[in-house]
Amino acid sequence: MCTRTVGTLAHIIEAAGIATVTIGSIREQLYRTSPPRGLFCDFPLGRPLGIPDDPGFQHTVLEHAFGLLGATEATVVDYPEVITDNADEVLVCPLPARHDPQAHPALDEARGLRPAYERAIAKFGNRTGAIRQLDADAIPEAIAAFIRVAEGTFWKEAGIPGIPARAAQDIRGYYEMAAMEIAGHTPAAWAGYRWYRDETATGRVIKAAQQAMKDTGVKEALWRFLLPLDTRPT
Amino acid sequence: MTDTFIKTLTASQEWPTFENPAFVTPKPLADAKVAIVTSASLHHEDDDDFAPVDTGYRLLHRDRRDIVVGHWSPNFDATGVTADLNVVFPIDRLEEMAREGRIGKVSEIHLAVAGNQFDLSGIRMDGGPAAAKVLSDHEVDVVLLTPV
Repeated sequence: MCTRTVGTLAHIIEAAGIATVTIGSIREQLYRTSPPRGLFCDFPLGRPLGIPDDPGFQHTVLEHAFGLLGATEATVVDYPEVITDNADEVLVCPLPARHDPQAHPALDEARGLRPAYERAIAKFGNRTGAIRQLDADAIPEAIAAFIRVAEGTFWKEAGIPGIPARAAQDIRGYYEMAAMEIAGHTPAAWAGYRWYRDETATGRVIKAAQQAMKDTGVKEALWRFLLPLDTRPT
Repeated sequence: MTDTFIKTLTASQEWPTFENPAFVTPKPLADAKVAIVTSASLHHEDDDDFAPVDTGYRLLHRDRRDIVVGHWSPNFDATGVTADLNVVFPIDRLEEMAREGRIGKVSEIHLAVAGNQFDLSGIRMDGGPAAAKVLSDHEVDVVLLTPV
């Protein structure tokens, strides 16, 4: 959807007399929107310049993009290199040992990840962690609310702090940041998400809450965006 | 194959059409003032978050890196931009290009919008023209657009 939006904006900005170059990550959306100059980069969604922490690669992409300014008519082309999602690669990230056996595993896990999360914030800043609707202190409480949903409480009565999708996004951000710190490197695209979804107790809670919301007839818009679209309740 | 799945699912979304699309002949890049416009819903920490449906823009200042990803969509990898802002918003790459004389100058301001526009009419009729005016007012010559 983002590619469609930037393609649209390119037409509007160009109409104001400013030359544009549009990078797009979804081929069909870029070609159909037909911006004045478009470079389709078949890179993972979220990484339009290709590879994080690789200035050389990013400069090469920019050279191709700005090179389109020499075109004499509207043009959309493919960048010659493709970066594919690494299939089903999952980040290898050890989870903290149980600390409080009386606590729900997801709550114990989230609390155990807090030191790694704080180290990640110190290292990277808080660009994508628990920052949109919740702060880190509120993460366990939000997870507890989703546990209640997964166990049958109607979502409105479960105490989800704010809009469910936004709370879920902050929880995922908290986990992925902690994972980057524990793993010690930037994971392949989506590997952090797949680790969160499939390997963590909280990921399983969110999936179960999503399924419960669907099963009880909750409007799709409220549960669809708890996780990316490849995770679909049955 | 998360990425492939999402790209395939969203490939057939309705797309806008533009009659008589504009096409500007730019000045040489080495003389041009360049700005980034991204649909990654970026904003500075002290600026307003994006609403679920938000057709406006946020200003991103050239010399500030306190940038938050305020996107409402979960359908992109967030770890890349966590590690390196430039993989979405290549501001440091533009600065390097300016130092090397490959672009004229880096704009003092850049813009972010929300890419999750189910209905593009708000961007087409309101947010987009307003953003274009800001860029014109800052005498930007070339805009690089990036999605997530």
